[in-house]
Amino acid sequence: MQALSVRGLRKTYDNGVEALKGVDLDVAQGDFFALLGPNGAGKTTLIGIVTSLVNKTGGTATVFGYDLDRELERAKSCIGIVPQELNFNQFETPLTIVVNQAGFYGIPRDLARERAEKYLKQLQLWEKRNSPARALSGGMKRRLMIVRALMHEPRLLVLDEPTAGVDIEVRRLMWEFLQQINVQGTTIILTTHYLEEAETLCRNIAIINNGLIVESDSMDKLLRGLHTETFVLDLRQSLAEAPIIAGFKLVRVDDHTLEVEVSKEQSLNAVFTQFSALGIEVLSMRNKVNRLEEVFMRLVDNRSHT
Amino acid sequence: MNAQASINQIWWIGFRTIVIREYGRIIRIWGQTLVPSAVTATLYFVIFGSLIGRRVGEMGGFGYMQYIAPGLIMMSVITNSYANVVSSFFGAKFGKHIEELLVSPLPNWLIVAGYVVGGLMRGLMVGAVVTIVSLIFARPAVHHPGVIVGAVVLTSIVFSLGGFINAVFAKNFDQVNWIPTFVLTPLTYFGGVFYSVSLLPQWAQTLSHLNPILHMVNAFRYGFLGVSDVSVVQAFIIMIGLVVALFALAVTLMNKGVGIRD
Repeated sequence: MQALSVRGLRKTYDNGVEALKGVDLDVAQGDFFALLGPNGAGKTTLIGIVTSLVNKTGGTATVFGYDLDRELERAKSCIGIVPQELNFNQFETPLTIVVNQAGFYGIPRDLARERAEKYLKQLQLWEKRNSPARALSGGMKRRLMIVRALMHEPRLLVLDEPTAGVDIEVRRLMWEFLQQINVQGTTIILTTHYLEEAETLCRNIAIINNGLIVESDSMDKLLRGLHTETFVLDLRQSLAEAPIIAGFKLVRVDDHTLEVEVSKEQSLNAVFTQFSALGIEVLSMRNKVNRLEEVFMRLVDNRSHT
Repeated sequence: MNAQASINQIWWIGFRTIVIREYGRIIRIWGQTLVPSAVTATLYFVIFGSLIGRRVGEMGGFGYMQYIAPGLIMMSVITNSYANVVSSFFGAKFGKHIEELLVSPLPNWLIVAGYVVGGLMRGLMVGAVVTIVSLIFARPAVHHPGVIVGAVVLTSIVFSLGGFINAVFAKNFDQVNWIPTFVLTPLTYFGGVFYSVSLLPQWAQTLSHLNPILHMVNAFRYGFLGVSDVSVVQAFIIMIGLVVALFALAVTLMNKGVGIRD
């Protein structure tokens, strides 16, 4: 069964902006799915429609087989949402916020308190349970929104840029937690601008641009399809200009740095053999950008140009 | 448990949660929600009742203080029921935490009902406080307790729904205050709180009868004193009619997503 199935989804706002132009998308049950796209591509609108915060203009959407038009309340029961913007009452305490949220999904108060303790502890917020939410740090507020979304133990968790503005330590904690609940069976849809995050966590991916899905595939397949990669090489000696090596494009960045573009059919060994022959010593090497970022930029750039 | 029983349980727990949250809000900010009306009512009793009222003499066969007491209680119920829902719902819209409810499986009519019960709670709490204050100034009299309870509950629900609809349309805090300042206050003051409409010229009496607050205040006063400028039955028909119409409007606005969904 598909956790989410969307067909021909369209949204035109009152000001005439066409945010979605007929989106088709399937997310399998149990998946950890990345929905990526540049700012204004339509990600948040798509999530807004699925979580019923935005009225759609056309198309259909089902969540675990429940049609949003005909069985909205059942569909909503299956979804937990962590929105991009903070949207809890800053004057309430974390414990009150999450216990009340459970109540809105029909979870009895005793059970809600048990779950609140479990998840607040797992995300290291238990000590702050009785502090006003406005007094929490940015990272704590983000984690509080994850706890709130999990209180009714949804089958589908939708995370809209959950780690925005969060330090790396907290981000790692959140990653581990999300991987853990995904292994336990929760389907997760993640939007993020940290492509490393998507590459680390997600098994499948869709890229949306200008209101249309431009790519939807498994992460592995998408990365394998990357035709060229750019590597940055740090050199021991300084170079006045980039050396010429047949079949490779080399660009001099500064005295001690070169960039080399290597296609799938080529081998890096060939570059190093030539460098040795020219007496160029390479101290270190790294990808110019992460691989997913490279795919992402190419897809988005291509579509923008066409 | 069958599917319908399960849905009923979700709805009941969800509804109770909204009510508990609204109650918590009223108590948390009691200095804003419960105290001001007690202070205002005391001032009204001292100035209009005790100082000016002595010179007014009797009205409707009762001392002026006793005559205006039900009106002052009703005025505080109206103001507070309205204020509670308009500020709570608009605050939730402004702070975006209304989304907590919008993404939940609770139907819109239940969300409206939850907020209305919040307004009813505050209206009745403040009404009770003002009633206690009134006992210091006026001799208590109860003519028909059922009419008192019916009138106060229905009036509170009407103005809670009014506050809800105001909050749905409001785009900023100014718009939250427009209706109470420019509509509610004049209608309340011309609604027979401080006087009997029989004192007015005929044209003003006819005009006054178009004001629903006149009917609410007089039905409530009838419950205490047994006198009224209007038909009590007609007053109840108006109140019930308004409850049904405003509830239907509030739910329709929610279903369409006016002011809350893009």
